[in-house]
Amino acid sequence: MWKFFHKLASPPHFYQFAGKVVPWFAFTAIACIGYGGYAGLFVAPADYQQGDAFRIIYVHVPAAYLSMMGYSIMAISAGIGLIWRIKLSHAVTAAAAPLGAWFTFLALATGSIWGKPMWGTWWEWGDPRLTSELLLLFLYIGYMALRASIDDIAKADKASAVLALVGAVNVPIIHYSVEWWSSLHQGPTLVREGGPGMVSDMLYPLLAMILGFTFLFGALLLGRVRTEVLFRERRAKWVREMLLDDGGTT
Amino acid sequence: MTDTAPPVPSLWSGFIGIVRRDILLAWKRPGDVLNPLFFFAMVSTLFPLALGPSSEQLGSIGPGVIWVAALLAALLSLNSLFVSDFEDGSLDQLLLSPQPLTVLALGKAIGHWIVSGLPLVVISPLIAISFHMPDQSIKVMAVTLFFGTLSLSLFGSIGAALTVGLHRGTALLSLLILPLAMPVLIFGARTVSLSTSDDAVSAGIYFLAAYCMLALTLAPFATAAALRISNE
Amino acid sequence: MNALISGHDLCLFRGDKCLFDSLEFALNPGQLLIVEGSNGSGKTSLLRGIAGLLEFEQGEIHWEGNPLRGHYQAFRADLTWFAHKVGFKDDLNLLENLRFEQSLHSFDEGSVTAVLARLGLDLLTELPLRSLSAGQQRRVALARMLLSKGRVWMMDEPFTNLDSAGRSLVDAVLSEHLANGGSAIVATHQPLEIVGDVKRVSLS
Repeated sequence: MWKFFHKLASPPHFYQFAGKVVPWFAFTAIACIGYGGYAGLFVAPADYQQGDAFRIIYVHVPAAYLSMMGYSIMAISAGIGLIWRIKLSHAVTAAAAPLGAWFTFLALATGSIWGKPMWGTWWEWGDPRLTSELLLLFLYIGYMALRASIDDIAKADKASAVLALVGAVNVPIIHYSVEWWSSLHQGPTLVREGGPGMVSDMLYPLLAMILGFTFLFGALLLGRVRTEVLFRERRAKWVREMLLDDGGTT
Repeated sequence: MTDTAPPVPSLWSGFIGIVRRDILLAWKRPGDVLNPLFFFAMVSTLFPLALGPSSEQLGSIGPGVIWVAALLAALLSLNSLFVSDFEDGSLDQLLLSPQPLTVLALGKAIGHWIVSGLPLVVISPLIAISFHMPDQSIKVMAVTLFFGTLSLSLFGSIGAALTVGLHRGTALLSLLILPLAMPVLIFGARTVSLSTSDDAVSAGIYFLAAYCMLALTLAPFATAAALRISNE
Repeated sequence: MNALISGHDLCLFRGDKCLFDSLEFALNPGQLLIVEGSNGSGKTSLLRGIAGLLEFEQGEIHWEGNPLRGHYQAFRADLTWFAHKVGFKDDLNLLENLRFEQSLHSFDEGSVTAVLARLGLDLLTELPLRSLSAGQQRRVALARMLLSKGRVWMMDEPFTNLDSAGRSLVDAVLSEHLANGGSAIVATHQPLEIVGDVKRVSLS
């Protein structure tokens, strides 16, 4: 087991391995999202309170979950990169940030679209989840801005890894402080998304969408890490050999 | 010359040394201390001028306005925390000194707080009075600002360390620090708001104190790591 | 016997450019290592790497026979650093700067007056450093070297901004340090007139 991970941390092995895994991830993602999207839009019954508007949760919930997941992946790989000086994990952190930011943006956009018919407003400060999602987007933006302003890759890796870790310590604190803050507001009564009372026709498409989005995230992340690795290792022998073997066609 | 390493001054002397040096520097260049202070006072004055002199309205926005102004003033002064050390080579000397960098980073943050955070706490009652805030809120305001500015100096020093030597430092520093400062802002401003309506404030103050302790324990390590990386 | 400080298989890149590869050196007490090379050849980077301010792409520095990684604290107690930037505060005067130095490093308090007199700084102690000339500021940095008890001096271009009296002062001070059993690593493209055991590393 350890041997497998050790081998995986070497860039050429990772590059080969990820190349083989990505199509499978992509295929699973397409299958799950295809089923979930169809069943969610056409099979699942309309909600008795929210009508058809509730169907946006099939995008919103997976996106929101992956926005958190993305930051966790960043924080963990940043920690591994700093402590054990594994260059591959810095590549993972760098590749995960824009993806996480996109999913955060998607969660915000869908949340806001959902809010319009529910609360009658595009943005409701009283909702703690949307507000902390917005702050999470700011954390992602700060991370990417810091990366973008340091030219040297090794230095950018280490500096942004410190920031990712500091941010990770703060994410739960930010989340709970926002919750505390909005609990004092007399905001609109929130409708719990995906509460326990969900019927299976609604629930299964949602689970399929969550699974599908996760694999989509995985496929996109591995693909991005592959490009990142290729760019960072452009001076290495294995990259040149690989390109020569393929006759430079791929 | 002996064959053994020379003795190193105690941690305490390193910590006190850097705090004393930074206070002395601020003493010799009072502008660095006074500018953020005037900024704080002026930003707070903008709101009554823009929104009108109704004392009821001022009392209700006062806590938020003063907290936002304090946050921006702290941010303004954080920007230069390590810049002069970086430019004149003192940072190299700090990184190469036998004192643990964590202790020196803590000293820098505490020094920054003494010359720029503490004055904000001291003049905040004046501004609170001008916003017609009740007496009990003025005390709560000073207490929350005490813990809040200390946390900001500590967390801000991480951002200042990460951006030292970068050209686009100022705007970048705000991007990095503001999301981290949200808990301080939320709890600080809300606690003072609660006190204006005679509600219980202890929860907010405890939270700020706890957050401050977290910052005291973790931030110096992150700042030290960031300084080593930025100075490469 | 183990060397006091030695470098093994050192390699450093700056961007895509390899500054040096498989570089070796070893230095015993009383020895001086001169790092030679033209501008941009990586002299400063090598010095910063040895001091631990930069990370080498590859290779290790050994201090008293043990790898330095993770044991920088003991090494830094013995290190005195002298570079282009003096590392003192412009707004503070000489004594205030030295007082701060004293809180960080081992410091020879008793000889402050004698050292300042020798360097011709004894009348300038009350002035803020910004009103001193560039050459005088270099002498202030020399005062730091003389007052520290560190065994290893690292100097980057020590002759910059110094007049001929200043240069011979650096030569004399370095020779004394070596004669007392200290070691030094000096990066320079100018000739040194040192009495002692000299080694060289050339970067191209």
